Amino acid sequence: MLGDGIGSNIRKSKLINRRMFIASTAKAIVFFGIVSRLFYLQVEQNKKYLTLSDKNRIRENKLPPIRGEFKDYFGKIIAGNLDVYELHVIPEQVEDFRVLITRVKQILNLNSKKVEKIYKIKNNQKPWETIIISDNLTWEEFSKINYYLYDLPGLKPIISVGRNYPYNESYSHVLGYVAYASQKDLASNEIINDRHVPGLRVGKNGLEKTFENELIGTNTIQRFEVNAYGKRINQLEVQDGNKGNSLRISIDTEIQNYTNELLNGEAGSISVMDIYTGEIVAMNSSPSFNPNDFLYGIGSNKWKDLNQNPFKPLINKTISGLYSPGSTIKPIVALSALEHGIIKPSMTVRCTDSIDFYGQKFHCWKKKGHGYMNLRNAIKQSCDVYFYETARLLGVDRLNETARKFGLGDVVLKDFFDNEKKGVVPSTKWKKEAIGQNWYLGETLITGIGQGYIQTTPLQLTLMTAQLANGGYKIYPTIIPDNNKNIQNIKNQMENNTDYNSKYTSLVKNKENIKFVLDAMFRSTNEIQGTSYRSRIEDPKYQFAGKTGTAQVKRITEEERELDRELNQIPYKERDHAWYIAFGPYKNPRYALTVLVEHGGSGSSAAAPIAKKLFKKIIDRHDERENIRTNDTVNL
Amino acid sequence: MKNYSSFGDISFFQKVRSIDFYLLFSIILLGGISILAMYSTDISDGNFYHSINHAIRFGIFFCLMIFLSFINIKYYFSLSIIFYIAILMLLIGATFFGTTVQGSQRWINLYFINLQPSELMKIAIIIFLARYYHRVQPDAVNTIKKFIIPFIILIVPILLVLSQPDLGTSVLIALSGIAVIWLAGINIKYIVYSFLGLVISFPFVISMLKPYQKLRILTFINPDRDPLGAGYQIIQSKIAVGSGGLTGKGFLKGTQGYLDFLPEKHTDFIFTLFSEEFGFVGSILLLILYAFIIFRILIIGSNSRNYFGKFFCYGFAISIFFYISVNMLMVLGMLPIVGSPLPIMSYGGSSMLSMMIALGIVMSARIYSREIIN
Repeated sequence: MLGDGIGSNIRKSKLINRRMFIASTAKAIVFFGIVSRLFYLQVEQNKKYLTLSDKNRIRENKLPPIRGEFKDYFGKIIAGNLDVYELHVIPEQVEDFRVLITRVKQILNLNSKKVEKIYKIKNNQKPWETIIISDNLTWEEFSKINYYLYDLPGLKPIISVGRNYPYNESYSHVLGYVAYASQKDLASNEIINDRHVPGLRVGKNGLEKTFENELIGTNTIQRFEVNAYGKRINQLEVQDGNKGNSLRISIDTEIQNYTNELLNGEAGSISVMDIYTGEIVAMNSSPSFNPNDFLYGIGSNKWKDLNQNPFKPLINKTISGLYSPGSTIKPIVALSALEHGIIKPSMTVRCTDSIDFYGQKFHCWKKKGHGYMNLRNAIKQSCDVYFYETARLLGVDRLNETARKFGLGDVVLKDFFDNEKKGVVPSTKWKKEAIGQNWYLGETLITGIGQGYIQTTPLQLTLMTAQLANGGYKIYPTIIPDNNKNIQNIKNQMENNTDYNSKYTSLVKNKENIKFVLDAMFRSTNEIQGTSYRSRIEDPKYQFAGKTGTAQVKRITEEERELDRELNQIPYKERDHAWYIAFGPYKNPRYALTVLVEHGGSGSSAAAPIAKKLFKKIIDRHDERENIRTNDTVNL
Repeated sequence: MKNYSSFGDISFFQKVRSIDFYLLFSIILLGGISILAMYSTDISDGNFYHSINHAIRFGIFFCLMIFLSFINIKYYFSLSIIFYIAILMLLIGATFFGTTVQGSQRWINLYFINLQPSELMKIAIIIFLARYYHRVQPDAVNTIKKFIIPFIILIVPILLVLSQPDLGTSVLIALSGIAVIWLAGINIKYIVYSFLGLVISFPFVISMLKPYQKLRILTFINPDRDPLGAGYQIIQSKIAVGSGGLTGKGFLKGTQGYLDFLPEKHTDFIFTLFSEEFGFVGSILLLILYAFIIFRILIIGSNSRNYFGKFFCYGFAISIFFYISVNMLMVLGMLPIVGSPLPIMSYGGSSMLSMMIALGIVMSARIYSREIIN
């Protein structure tokens, strides 16, 4: 029994020790597993978890970037910034939204309609999206909110960056305007998406939109360490953002403002171009709107008014409006015919009041006709019959070639505006493709006086005039100041361009033809019987040359022709568009311009007088402008 | 040479000399580390409630451990059944009349301490089974008669703790008990059968689980399923450990802990915080310290001349191993979050008390290693 007991005791000890050994081995294996896991997490994947840990604890507060300014040619700020006091809230971060809003309502005396709107916004978006409770607090209101802030958990008073356009309507179509970034803006522009903070305003059209990426600037980023409940524990660092680039444009505010005054709310357009640098000196479309209205979101009533206004204030007529050029096309028709050797200036046509062409009557604007006309007189007096005949001889395709060369039928400022229209310069091929019909010769005739299919924007005519005025050289329209210090350089390059690759290529074969056309335009303005004779300036400093245009907007019936109504007897929408293209000073031209008054009647009575006033202003501003151009020391 | 056959009359000096100082200093070191870790968790709170309490408890219970280590092991042998029954009574009391915290009824308010009897049960079960198997011969272990008592002794507290509900502690009680039963020589096939039985009853058990426990299992399988909800703890814990790197962020510089991203940082996730601040190197050293403590306990067990001491030491060594590995595997995202403290490191009086009682008995087994219990 005892021996048995000892034996079993030894067996028991052995058993326990054996099992303990197995257990210890198992333990070692598990501990090794833990060590491996630690190694994996802490050494292998350390980077990943460090990043995650930083993501946990670091919160970034992005402040809105400071937008670059727009300056005019003389460095005047034409689109600047202003501080806007806003009130933001993220519903998710608020314990009791209703209580908060009630408190804010009391403090700011919000009306119940506004409160309703806030709830509506809240219900329409995700709880983590920011609601802008108010975007135009006064400084007093803003201070008041800050004073009570301890009592308003979750409310964020924000100083945001707003846009200010000191010249109100003057630049609306050029600069466009800014407004809150929409989902579409965020989706289409990565930079906006990257820099976005609630309440960020971005360019919606015009140059504000085109140069968005340069203007926007970078955010100032404050980094905070937060705890698990999102409470800020301490500020880690501030990464200062950069203000966006400021952009200087080639427009002269004085002239721009003056164009606004001249158009005086009439539907129309004025554009002025430097005929050597291609700089846009003024570009106005009327009526305009106040871009400052968009700062706090334009009200739906105001928006509706703008949208439904028959004068179309939201359309930039200078580049997006398409019109028949009327008689302003005649210099190009004449030039084309001369260049192609179709006619000689001495060709004579007898203008009764109309010509018959295959049984169809084509009228001259002048009742009883001009009598015997040569080319020079036909331009000067704008004889339609002469140009019917010229166009018939020339043919639409040859005209198309010349007109295109001079800038018609294509966008002028394609790098700057995305809403510019190309217009139409017809050709037989174009008609076949666009309409699917053969060209009729009768259509060539009316194209010769700028009616029918042909459609141009006012700016295209300005470019055309500029390229005629500079002696027939290609220029490059721009709205950014040209960096040629000396205009003589450009002139030299133009005249000595034997180099085929020269920037300023000649658009004509024979300079005499250009000279002839320019001379005819001079006579049109400065000689008796010229269509714009009444708008001439005799002082050679200001003396200019031009061509009127009166574009029909509808076919005139024989009865209407007999009626010969006064302008005010015709319904507004049926009145002719008044055109005037001009360049000056005549002796040494520098500027080209186009005036369009929609439904203004005849070019000579509605458009040319405007050009006269404008020329005075442009020339008066010239020295100052040249001073800026040539002076190296002026810092803009 | 002193004659050890006259048991019980070794001098106090001899007793002190036979203390396992390696073990003793390891415990002091671990206690020190735990107080520092607790101090780090307190930084963000701005008061030192946890670290002070933890230090006081460690001090008191350490003295208790020293006191217990001088009591002859044969008294523990004699008192083991009473100890088990007393703890079982407290457990019943806590389970049915205890304080409910976070949906689990597991505390009993003894005015000076909020006692969690299930923690003490982890030790009581080892004491009881060590005593039970002390006399059972290896041949008899596998008989039904000798199996039924340990089974009941084990299953009753498990079910009680499970119903509190406290999955983590009940698992640890089960593992501790099974460890001793296995050491006693139970045929491995019984354990395999029981395990198979468990697997078969798994769907049934799942259906009995509380929703939050189900969620935890699902979350364990895929923590990213609900990163802000139940998966949050695992993700944050892994981030803390992983971001610690090789040498850690430095003492008091662990951002995950300081900024309250770590859940339960005082208790179950204390290792995560430690690991974030002291990195891979620190974690390995801590693990080595634990392994060393286990090793010393095993040495004491193997030198013990009575089976009670042997069973207890071995059983307790395996249990500590389970506590450590379940806790670490849990916070490292390799086991579901079940709620189990890291011995001595975690904040919590009951866990510390049970550890110190057990260590006291281990030290007693060392001092009275030549004691033979009949």
